[in-house]
Amino acid sequence: MSLDTVSLSGRKKEVVNNKMNFWESLYLIAIAKGLWITLGHLFTRKVTIKYPEQVRPVSPIYRGQHLLKRDEQGRENCTACGLCALSCPAEAITMKAAERKPGEEHLYREEKYAEIYEINMLRCIFCGLCEEACPKDAIYLTLSKKFVKAASDREDFIYGKDRLVMPLEMAIANTKTN
Amino acid sequence: MDQAIIIEKGIVIVAVFAITMLMAMYATLAERKIAAWLQDRIGPNRAGFGGILQPLADGLKLFSKEEFMPDTPNKFLFLVGPAISMSMALMTSAVIPWGDKLIVGGREVILQATDINAALLYVFAVLSVGVYGIMIGGWASNNKYSLMSAMRAASQMISYEVAMGLSVIALIMMSGTLSLKEIALQQQGMNWNVFYQPLGFIIFLVCSFAETNRTPFDLAECEAELIGGYHTEYSSMRMGFYLFAEYASMFISSAILAVLYFGAYNYPGMEWMAQNVGVNVANGIGIGVLFLKIFFFIFFYMWVRWTIPRFRYDQLMHLGWKILIPLAIVNIIITGVVILLFQ
Amino acid sequence: MGEIIFYFLAAITLGTAFLTVLSRNPIHSAIYLVICFFSIAGHYLLLNAQFLAIVHIIVYSGAIMILMLFTIMLMNLHANLEKYKPTMINLGATVGFCLLGLILISGLMHTKPVVESYYYGGEDFQSINVLGQVLMNDYVVPFEFVSVLLLVAMIGAVLISKKDTVKKDTIKKA
Repeated sequence: MSLDTVSLSGRKKEVVNNKMNFWESLYLIAIAKGLWITLGHLFTRKVTIKYPEQVRPVSPIYRGQHLLKRDEQGRENCTACGLCALSCPAEAITMKAAERKPGEEHLYREEKYAEIYEINMLRCIFCGLCEEACPKDAIYLTLSKKFVKAASDREDFIYGKDRLVMPLEMAIANTKTN
Repeated sequence: MDQAIIIEKGIVIVAVFAITMLMAMYATLAERKIAAWLQDRIGPNRAGFGGILQPLADGLKLFSKEEFMPDTPNKFLFLVGPAISMSMALMTSAVIPWGDKLIVGGREVILQATDINAALLYVFAVLSVGVYGIMIGGWASNNKYSLMSAMRAASQMISYEVAMGLSVIALIMMSGTLSLKEIALQQQGMNWNVFYQPLGFIIFLVCSFAETNRTPFDLAECEAELIGGYHTEYSSMRMGFYLFAEYASMFISSAILAVLYFGAYNYPGMEWMAQNVGVNVANGIGIGVLFLKIFFFIFFYMWVRWTIPRFRYDQLMHLGWKILIPLAIVNIIITGVVILLFQ
Repeated sequence: MGEIIFYFLAAITLGTAFLTVLSRNPIHSAIYLVICFFSIAGHYLLLNAQFLAIVHIIVYSGAIMILMLFTIMLMNLHANLEKYKPTMINLGATVGFCLLGLILISGLMHTKPVVESYYYGGEDFQSINVLGQVLMNDYVVPFEFVSVLLLVAMIGAVLISKKDTVKKDTIKKA
């Protein structure tokens, strides 16, 4: 048996090019069949969800909005090494490093930290290479479980640290579990 | 007495007008909802409860849009086009019997704006004039696509009017009158014309799809070939009028289908109700029954629209001239023979 | 009341008829003609001939003028594309129309109006029942002649449209 004759999906239909007979050429039966099919769809369960109120469950490895992680003491992991920016194929990440001042040890884990950390979400392709490149376990796409929403202004798509760093509630929860 | 008749008719006319407008408004919502349901979606549901205020939102949007005037030498005709479409769509409702009669304060109020003895012909006259709105608007747009669409609409209307008229002739032969009121009265009980004229009904139904420019005959608005069709150049409420006219004429032609073939406001047990419960109650239910039939046909229009793809132009003409017209003539001959045999 | 409507309709009829002839744009003149037909239907209604009025609208405004507009729109005529007409033709047309007018006026002057004044006796002259009886009893032969005439016109139209394909076939064969 060759592959042409096997129906892999089980729904294969031979197409015939015969001339239609009188009843077929009236299309009445075909139209009635079509109407029956659409009528059936009238009563099937609707697949739409009411989005802002209802949210579809997201896969555990879904890559959404980036998250700059804090460690279990609530300090930012990022050390502004720039490897993420280097690995980014879309060149969406920019950052500016700064030195940690004495008295800021509770804020930043390493001696160097990112003063400015920006991701241009219009450029980002959510590939996750920054996550792979990060030596400090600082950036994750899978943890925030947030979507990058649409906006009407291009400026609004440049996400700074205010939107990327792990929010405090999450950090507090993080310290408690460890 | 004279003044009373004027007031009575005035109220009936205003009521019919208001109901037609309301129906046309909510037909737009129904269209979107039914389209969504047939495609396993929910449809508009944000404006009001379950989207009940959506037509108002749409209307408000259309009113507040910019009115764009294309560079055309025929500004007046450009403005007149949608007006003709709209008024012709609404004019047909004058002869439709919405119910038998109501007794208000000892007066018999006949629920029909006017009962002229050539009512059916009047419907056809208004239908045939309705295409001027599309033709004039399409031509005055000064746009090739609009013109093409207007040509298509005109030729389609003229072709299908012939078959429509012929299919109705068989009905007239049976009923012996052109008055819609008498046709409605003849179908008392379950004596619906559709049982006596099934072929005529199918031909009339197909032609009414073509006359209202609905899918599968909406070649005039074929987006793939003609951008938006005859209303390509229209914007704001002028385009709204064209779209509105389509829904109004859909409502009216559903009403005509119900009156001609589906027994109008008659339902089994109407006489019993009139004798035992009261004329007003019986006829009130009759109005409700007529509207149920109309809703069914409106639903049918939409159901077909979201099921069947658009015809090709040559298929349209083939169906009209080579299938429907001969079938209609055969129907006339059969009806004539049967009438002669059973007289 | 009726007289006012009559004069109003007559003014519209004559005005639009003149505009039909005078307007430069062929589409405008076609639309004026449609309005003219509508006002004539109004005249029929004044004469209490509902059936005739409605059939007039269906046939003239609803079918003939739409086909006319159809062809004019497709032909894409423009006022500035109008060809130069020789004066002889203009002169001939004027003289011909004057002669026709003379005949019509003389004919009208010699006719006597059958009904001195129109009055309505409540008798049914115009419903389709009466018209059908009259056409099928008193005027069967002319009625059938008209249908034969229409048939001839139809066959002629088919013949004209068929001729081209036959010629093309012979050309292809040769």
